[in-house]
Amino acid sequence: MRDGLPVVSGQVPDDQVPVAGGQVPGAGGQVPVDADGVTRRNTLKLLGLAPLAAALGWSNGGIERATAYVAALDGAAEDEAAAVLKFFTAKEWPTVRMLADYIIPRDARSGSATDAKAPEFIDFMMMDETTSDTSRVAMRGGLAWLDNESRARFGKRFIAASDAQRRQILDDIAWPKKARPEMGAGVAFFTRFRDAVASAFYSSAEGWKDLKYVGNTFNPNWNGCPKPALDKLGVSYEEFDASLAAHRKS
Amino acid sequence: MQVKPRTSEYDVCIVGSGAGGGMAAYALTQAGAKVVMLEAGPAWYASKNSQMLMPAYASPRRGAAKKTRPFGEFDACDGGWDIEGEPYTSAPGSKFLWWRGRMLGGRTNHWGRISLRFGPDDFKGKTAFGNGFDWPITYDDVAPYYDKVDDLIGVFGSNEGLRNHPDGRFQPPPRPRCYELLVKKTSDKLGITCIPSRLSIITKGIHGRQPCHYCGQCNRGCTVKANFSSPDVLIAPALQTGKLTLITNAMAREVTVGTDGKATGVSYIDKRTGADEHVKARVVVLAASACESARILLNSKSSKFPQGLGNSSGRVGKGLTDTTGTDVAGFIPAMVDHVPHNEDGVGGMHVYMPWWLDNSKLDFPRGYHIEVWGGMGQPGYGTLGGIQRYPGGGGYGQSLKDDYRKYWGTTIGFSGRGEMLPNDDSYCELDPTMVDKWGIPVLRFHWKWSDNEYNQVKHMQNTFRELIAAMGGEVFSPMPTKEQGYGISQGGQIIHELGCVQMGSSANDSVLNSNCQAHDCPNLFVTDGGPFVTQADKNPTWTILALAWRTSDFITQQRKAGAI
Repeated sequence: MRDGLPVVSGQVPDDQVPVAGGQVPGAGGQVPVDADGVTRRNTLKLLGLAPLAAALGWSNGGIERATAYVAALDGAAEDEAAAVLKFFTAKEWPTVRMLADYIIPRDARSGSATDAKAPEFIDFMMMDETTSDTSRVAMRGGLAWLDNESRARFGKRFIAASDAQRRQILDDIAWPKKARPEMGAGVAFFTRFRDAVASAFYSSAEGWKDLKYVGNTFNPNWNGCPKPALDKLGVSYEEFDASLAAHRKS
Repeated sequence: MQVKPRTSEYDVCIVGSGAGGGMAAYALTQAGAKVVMLEAGPAWYASKNSQMLMPAYASPRRGAAKKTRPFGEFDACDGGWDIEGEPYTSAPGSKFLWWRGRMLGGRTNHWGRISLRFGPDDFKGKTAFGNGFDWPITYDDVAPYYDKVDDLIGVFGSNEGLRNHPDGRFQPPPRPRCYELLVKKTSDKLGITCIPSRLSIITKGIHGRQPCHYCGQCNRGCTVKANFSSPDVLIAPALQTGKLTLITNAMAREVTVGTDGKATGVSYIDKRTGADEHVKARVVVLAASACESARILLNSKSSKFPQGLGNSSGRVGKGLTDTTGTDVAGFIPAMVDHVPHNEDGVGGMHVYMPWWLDNSKLDFPRGYHIEVWGGMGQPGYGTLGGIQRYPGGGGYGQSLKDDYRKYWGTTIGFSGRGEMLPNDDSYCELDPTMVDKWGIPVLRFHWKWSDNEYNQVKHMQNTFRELIAAMGGEVFSPMPTKEQGYGISQGGQIIHELGCVQMGSSANDSVLNSNCQAHDCPNLFVTDGGPFVTQADKNPTWTILALAWRTSDFITQQRKAGAI
């Protein structure tokens, strides 16, 4: 009977448990895997392993439903909304894009903020039902502040200034604790804008890969964290179990 | 004289479909009663409607909160502190937030599945500590029902033999995440009890439900029913008996009463048509939530009950409490440059700290438990905000991008959830002038924390800061001042409002007797958080479920005996 099988303690020998990405788990039930190793398609493969899943307590009906479910989500993920500006003006848009890429540039591991369409997402969310008029004014005003500051210093708008000139302004507003008090408005704007870019970039598929996030899967054989992660923090399951046992005795 | 039924009279009408209503529907239909259930929102089953495993980027909004889903658009619960067309007010100088879940299953779609039994002292606080109030029942009265709830719904945990944190009939708990082991190790050093958490998420399949697959998204509702929600775990089996009639989008307005003073049924508004409707029933069970049930009773005025039904003591709406809460989070340098691995686990903490201290040595009564969070959750809307709080101090460009990678998932946070003592300044009543869009008079709240709660929350803040410091971490926020209430939550913010329809041993100072039966009306019962005499340092849902089952068994006995 399925109901009688403990799942968490792992009745299936470790060396018979395939995990997403085709890797073999270590003592902790899992090994660290690269983000690229765990895809949703691979999750489907895992779910296809019916006999194993049944041993773990999954009925065939459950596996079929789960497989269909993940397949449907894969389709949804590809259905990205087309970019039509909702909030930013044509004049603001190049500044928004440029500023976003100053914050998160392209490097060897991943693309830039504009590669991940972060500006499009920020534009979309500016008109969301949960965004206040105060936030909209702060965004529009912050972009204007940037141009005002650039004109005051260099006689031209932010996008027309040189890279070195732009960085001079950014250096003054990107570190709140070090910033001069007269830069307060710029600091407040940049802090919010940086958060918006981070939110947009790291909530994208590109951002997930960059962070090596490997969750959000059906993972019935999850059994704690792998040894390298435990060792890094200087903790172990043996120590945990021993501590609980000692307290129960006392 | 009893009003005799003519057409389609039900044995029982239940108002509300959350933990209390769902449990009553389950137990009463199993006992053979013909039941009708009124739910103010639409039908919703996690097994069919959940957003489980939706990646943040599959939505144009990346999981951001909505007006109707304040905890994020993927969250299961349709509701909130502000519901269009259904206002409430706070008396001058008071501020109270009232959460309503408007959907089948109510707040069981929302909660953290923290499933703790109240302990012996929690039912007898006055006797045990000399302050607060005693319940008219004891732990031993409720214990058999806690056992039954454990077996029916399923809860994981570990038996630790802690006197006021009773053990249960637990399934095996999941192993802690690596940072939770660090929390345990640090708690041991500081002498804070830290044990496997107790959540109603099944780690072994039971009653046709699949075990957990560890995606960490319980709040979205579980498509395989591995966690508890009323629609999939209680209402679906009740419907299968053929004894339950479910009426959704039905906004209950009033319990109707016959000339003999007994309840005859419930009047409600069909929210789709605006029509005023009525169902007849021999027994009425209110499970609309503590404050909503009080509101219905206060609005059930008749010549026989001019103050509202069940309110001859004047106690309906009184004894309103919420859980105290405050949070502290910090950056933990030891977690920098994480080892990539799947840390999702169940949709909640794998360890927690039950109350561990002796109040006689402290400047506040009653305790709190500590909830633990942090690590590498699914990156969604708002991810990696506030990077200026980390050692890099902010910045931009390649060094910032490296910081984001380095510091992602390096936060640990603690949330305290403590017991408030009931006070005379915290209650609800009908607002004298305002009605909602259905024409129903709304509630007006009065609210006040006392020094009991402020001192308790101050202790939470100090404890959490000590924990983070002992892990080598840096707390993000300065210690809140006394003027800031030490960071205490607003009343209603923790969404554990209890009382307002309290049980008691005397009809003079309580609404219900020890079986949750109205003193004034023998065929009227309440099975939500309303009957609670006090809070505890435990989340209320498991006790709502146990009491609802106990009350349902009493109703069945009384019906068999012909008493109601």
